[in-house]
Amino acid sequence: MSQGKVWKYGDNVNTDVIFPGRYTYQIMPPEETAKHALEDLDPEFAGSVRSGDVIVAGKNFGCGSSREQAAACLKGAGVQAVVARSFARIYFRNAINLGLAVLQCDEAVDALEKGDAVELDFAKGEIRSAKGAFRFLPLPDFVIGILEAGGLLEYTKKKLAKE
Amino acid sequence: MGKTLTEKILGRKAGKDVQAGEVITVSPDTILSHDNSAAIIQEFRKLGVKKVRAPEKIVIVLDHIVPASDEKYAQNHKSIREFVAEQGIPHFFDINAGICHQVLPEQGFALPGKVIVGSDSHTPSYGALGAFATGIGRTETACTWATDEIWLRVPETMRIDLSGRFRAGVFAKDLSLKLIGDHGAEMANYKAVEFAGPAAGDLSVGARLTLANMSAEMGAKTGYFVPDEKTLKWLEGRARGPFVVALSDPDARFESILAYDLGALEPQVACPHTVDNVKPIGAVAGKPVNQVLIGTCTNGRLEDLEAAAAIFKGRKVHSGVRVLVIPASWEVYREALKSGALAVLVDAGCVILNSGCGPCLGAHEGIMAAGEICLSTSNRNFRGRMGHRDSEIYLASPATAAATAVAGKIADPREFA
Ligand code: SF4
Repeated sequence: MSQGKVWKYGDNVNTDVIFPGRYTYQIMPPEETAKHALEDLDPEFAGSVRSGDVIVAGKNFGCGSSREQAAACLKGAGVQAVVARSFARIYFRNAINLGLAVLQCDEAVDALEKGDAVELDFAKGEIRSAKGAFRFLPLPDFVIGILEAGGLLEYTKKKLAKE
Repeated sequence: MGKTLTEKILGRKAGKDVQAGEVITVSPDTILSHDNSAAIIQEFRKLGVKKVRAPEKIVIVLDHIVPASDEKYAQNHKSIREFVAEQGIPHFFDINAGICHQVLPEQGFALPGKVIVGSDSHTPSYGALGAFATGIGRTETACTWATDEIWLRVPETMRIDLSGRFRAGVFAKDLSLKLIGDHGAEMANYKAVEFAGPAAGDLSVGARLTLANMSAEMGAKTGYFVPDEKTLKWLEGRARGPFVVALSDPDARFESILAYDLGALEPQVACPHTVDNVKPIGAVAGKPVNQVLIGTCTNGRLEDLEAAAAIFKGRKVHSGVRVLVIPASWEVYREALKSGALAVLVDAGCVILNSGCGPCLGAHEGIMAAGEICLSTSNRNFRGRMGHRDSEIYLASPATAAATAVAGKIADPREFA
């Protein structure tokens, strides 16, 4: 459970504005990719985002190319979750496999605005704010496990080591 | 409320009732990879385990660059062969098998009710036989080799009701292009697509494979036909073991329903550089081409080669055009030899290549120079996919491809009946 504030965007936020194509073939560590996060959508974001913040957006978040950096850069910037009406398929998988929570909840998208303080409770499947508590489809334990481990590769490594 | 085929298959695998939107973890029946296994092996090595969990579920088909065209690809193939031997992976198909998406159905891995994941974006092809099949990434494939488990989000389903009959010269490929042209390349993003309605049952297994294959170009997670008599008959002598057929319930929840009359369709062409830039044949006929490709996992089956042969019979490839023909698998190759289709193609002046992806992904065997134009029966026409970034790819059916090869410019197959 952790707190953060909301960054609000619209529908069809594509991978090009999340992480510009001009950087995709440069190999950079996640901290470095974070400096370019949302560069072409919201130039204020990369400089002001705080660890624990949440992105709230409309439908089809992450549409476009399959570049993994589009999930990695938000995670690198400290974003704990993206809450949207829907996600592009490849983005959804990439995000979870890289350890970025992606949550679907229409009510939260309707109610929340930029700057609202929110708190996420993965176990209960709830986003809480002064405007109310909104339920998203709770994530199964193993997805929470992937997110907590920081991604699928690390999660699998730990899991295999335990066996 | 009733369930869709996908909800039923995934629910059975998960051991509980599931509905669209839920995320579950399942143990897949088959895990496919191809030449990219070399990269997957590198990821697998990072996991710190020695052995894959279920070697019998892994199917590896070398198809992308077969035979190897340079040292790098040769090294990749070599490392894959070594890994297969080291891990005791029983289902390995070397360079004399064909494209994975044709080999898996023919070899009886693609079965109704099965969950198949593959490290290739056209894995949904196996939905043609009523499987749940979807593409996954390389890291995920490596992790699935190690754990025999994968997480999946149960997709919503879009149903496409088909009625009527194709008129002469019109094929499943034209339908798939028409759908993508009408609704855009994201029409089924993240969804399952069920091809249904009275005409679905009339379509051959080959036509179903084409449509399920092209569902990837609709953004779909999977595309499928509900298994019927035709499915079961086709699987006789092929199925590698028992399977349980899943059907959609009559009161299943579909997120949206589209209806198409096959009889109203005409040949379609997807123009550069996106698959949804689709025009009816009349709008592009007359455009000169340098190369024609007949093959790939979309349209390299026996009925495709025969549709082309019907047009080439007694005719010659136009002197300004190079025609590459690639039977999708060795089984197709042998059948086309027996049926006489290959003889017709060779007599007409076509070049026959080893079963595999050929130039489809731009790695070898017919790469295009700047300014060149190819009409291809494949599934993607993105800029630079088949060579120079200033070359162009048009997508169409095998009949349109053959008509174009004869005319030397994009041509309507109905004029060659
Ligand atoms: S034929 Fe083309 S689309 Fe099909 S698997 Fe090979 S490269 Fe991919």
